[in-house]
Amino acid sequence: MVGQVSLAKQVRKVLVGDHAVAEAVKLAKVNVISAYPITPQTLIVERISEMIERGELKADYVRVESEFAALATVYGAAAGGARAFTATSSHGLFYMYEMLWWAAASRVPLVMAVVTRVIGPPWNIHDEHTDLLAIRDSGWIIGMAQNVQEAFDMTLTAFKISEDERVLLPVAVGLDGFILSHTAEPLDIPAQEDVDAWLPPRNPKIPYTIEPGGEAITMGNLPRNDVYHAILKKYMDESMEAAKKVIADVYNEYGKLTGRNYGPLTECYRCSDAKYIAISMGAWSGDILNAVERLRNEGYPIGLLRIRYIRPFPEEDITGWINGAKGVIIFDRDYSAGMGGVLASEISGFIPSNTSFEGVLAGIGGFDVSADEFTAIMREFVDRVEREGLVRIRKYWYIPKIER
Amino acid sequence: MSVAEKLRGLLLSTPAEGAGGRTGTWRVYRPVINYSKCTKCGICWLYCPENVIEWLEDKSVRIDYNYCKGCGICADVCPVKAIDMVKEGVV
Amino acid sequence: MGMVTMTELHKYGRTKFIMPGTAACPGCPLQVGMRQLAIALEGKFTMVIPAGCSSIIPGTAPYTAYTVPVLHVPFASSPAVASGLVRAIRQRGNEGPVVVWAGDGATADIGFATLSGAAYRNEDILYIMADNEAYMNTGIQASGTTPWMAWTTTSPKGKAEDKKDVALIMLMHKVPYVATASIAFPMDFIDKVRRAMQIRGFKFIHLHAPCPPGWKMDDAYTIRAARLAVETGAWILWEYNQGKLTISPPSMPYRDKSRRRPLEEYLKIQGRFAHLKPEDIKLMEEKIDRQWDLILKLVEIYK
Ligand SMILES: Cc1ncc(C[n+]2csc(CCOP(=O)(O)OP(=O)(O)O)c2C)c(N)n1
Ligand code: SF4
Ligand code: SF4
Ligand code: SF4
Repeated sequence: MVGQVSLAKQVRKVLVGDHAVAEAVKLAKVNVISAYPITPQTLIVERISEMIERGELKADYVRVESEFAALATVYGAAAGGARAFTATSSHGLFYMYEMLWWAAASRVPLVMAVVTRVIGPPWNIHDEHTDLLAIRDSGWIIGMAQNVQEAFDMTLTAFKISEDERVLLPVAVGLDGFILSHTAEPLDIPAQEDVDAWLPPRNPKIPYTIEPGGEAITMGNLPRNDVYHAILKKYMDESMEAAKKVIADVYNEYGKLTGRNYGPLTECYRCSDAKYIAISMGAWSGDILNAVERLRNEGYPIGLLRIRYIRPFPEEDITGWINGAKGVIIFDRDYSAGMGGVLASEISGFIPSNTSFEGVLAGIGGFDVSADEFTAIMREFVDRVEREGLVRIRKYWYIPKIER
Repeated sequence: MSVAEKLRGLLLSTPAEGAGGRTGTWRVYRPVINYSKCTKCGICWLYCPENVIEWLEDKSVRIDYNYCKGCGICADVCPVKAIDMVKEGVV
Repeated sequence: MGMVTMTELHKYGRTKFIMPGTAACPGCPLQVGMRQLAIALEGKFTMVIPAGCSSIIPGTAPYTAYTVPVLHVPFASSPAVASGLVRAIRQRGNEGPVVVWAGDGATADIGFATLSGAAYRNEDILYIMADNEAYMNTGIQASGTTPWMAWTTTSPKGKAEDKKDVALIMLMHKVPYVATASIAFPMDFIDKVRRAMQIRGFKFIHLHAPCPPGWKMDDAYTIRAARLAVETGAWILWEYNQGKLTISPPSMPYRDKSRRRPLEEYLKIQGRFAHLKPEDIKLMEEKIDRQWDLILKLVEIYK
């Protein structure tokens, strides 16, 4: 049930993205938190530790020795019936890799913030989406926020989505390192009592609890027939599909609670009359949108499709928005070696062969791409299509000239 | 069917005999208790890895041959050598 | 707490703590040990089990031989998973035992960091390291606790390194309870589990578990080998309980070297030591003597 519209009961704060995530964790009354320091995630767990020390959040904070242990710990907590949370970045996320898959296939609800960051070498703490996107086959629902408010909203809604009986999959919430994690922006935070009414404590029995004295179930012994494994994966796939509706439902309720409405899986700006669609994910979508506005002023019929959730893959949204478009340009702040941009690779299969398409690899390693540069890249693409007809470029490395 | 229910029997298992098979068929040697020698001490029950020896109310022991794998531990630990390992098929 | 007796155990004479018909090899020591653990805890506990033979032993879904709630988890993760699990259930007022049941590879090698972390945080867990002295599940590869000179498939000429002393390393984590145990001495093991469970915090028991296929040994010799390990002094049973370290009753006689049985008796039933030369055995004896010296010194220190 949805509480009454309570815009009045929200407080406006100015917080960096990491602290906004911590605030959402507090409001969700998470029971067990475990994480390991890594820039640019560290501010989240530092803030949560403070909240616990001050008694604002009654939770166990388990100070583990690695990210692998952090995820293992919150996984154990979730299997024991707790609402649990972890957070990490790049190398830390990869150190969790085995556990990511185990947790997802165990079908226990969990939430993790991934503050996106480049993977070395060389060592580099700046923003790239490759880390978050590298876990996309593992069974996690994966979202990516555009701003601090959305990082907060995505974290809070993640618990509701993950624990939904139709879903029961872990949720990863991505936010861009430094660009969001360390940048202060104003945001509205709902009151605890409204959140409590909307997000009750987790039911420890769903999907199951492993605890002494509990039902004598064993989770995870060998299957009698390997087909069991296939059936379980198909169930996972069904839950991913169901999650599309659940995400929509949850944001619908959340919109009533907070007055903030989202896509939910994607959002398309200036798309209704657009002949060209740009596609992006994360914080730089703001800069790309500025570029789109400029191009509109110049008379270019272009819109921006922003992906909020890459898992479940928003196939219907994407095909719907690009249907009939003359050209699609996809911005990837990530690189799948030997392939190209991850979003471009995933989306290109849905772009009709008579539609022009360019995959742009930009911001790799974390360099900033300005609205001016986005404007130029998109203008060039549209001009070329108008000039030459069908253009299909799977990867275009956008590398600015620098002094070396 | 809810997701939680779907996991039952695929991801979640419940206790049952023979989850690893009818293991009595593995047996090459069969432990045979010589009840005239047996002192009902329960030592074989204590060490049988397969939990196929019952130590009954009257302290006598009984082997469940459906699952006994014929390892011979019971015969080895019996303090009075009351268990013989007899080749299967040999009377 | 008095020692457990056969008279007391008779009440479990018909209880199936592990259901018969498992996938374990004949003579499996892990089943012997796990049953003793279950007896000690009267079947009321939860297990977290990393990859290893114990992941396979319970058989296949939809069934399991294990009669308590069990979470199978990745190889290196069990102490961390158990940490989270115990925090979760304690918050809800469940005070029941959470047990990690792990092999030597999971404990001494791949899971060593998570083990160290859980111990250092003094998580309220009972950790049983069931030591069959190799990675058995993957086909007898050498682990950190494979003994010196033992054959394995990755140490075909005998392992050059010494056995890692995991129990002593755990002692240095300053946890409240650390002990060694042997599947051949169930009363000692059961008593240890029961004493350990009186304590809130991290409890570690290193359980010696001879494995017939892994040790190239007759299936019937599981218990015989475990007993000989103690009687030759090669495996020392001791207990550290909140500041005090003692030699456990079954090992008491063997403080005196002259009372130990000849080491050959233990080695000769195991094919994995068949290649040992007399001078190797002598060296091994010296290692055992040094281990006794060390443990007896610790007895003096932790009086
Ligand atoms: C990360 C990872 N590496 C390797 C394996 C393969 N593996 C499974 S069990 C096992 C050996 C287990 O040895 P141990 O912990 O001693 O237990 P045992 O099988 O002897 O009981 C190995 C290497 C795995 N499951 N996971
Ligand atoms: S032979 Fe082995 S399995 Fe069979 S009863 Fe004896 S100890 Fe148990
Ligand atoms: S160990 Fe021997 S004497 Fe004791 S109960 Fe078993 S068969 Fe009888
Ligand atoms: S290899 Fe050894 S420990 Fe593993 S199941 Fe077989 S007997 Fe048991």
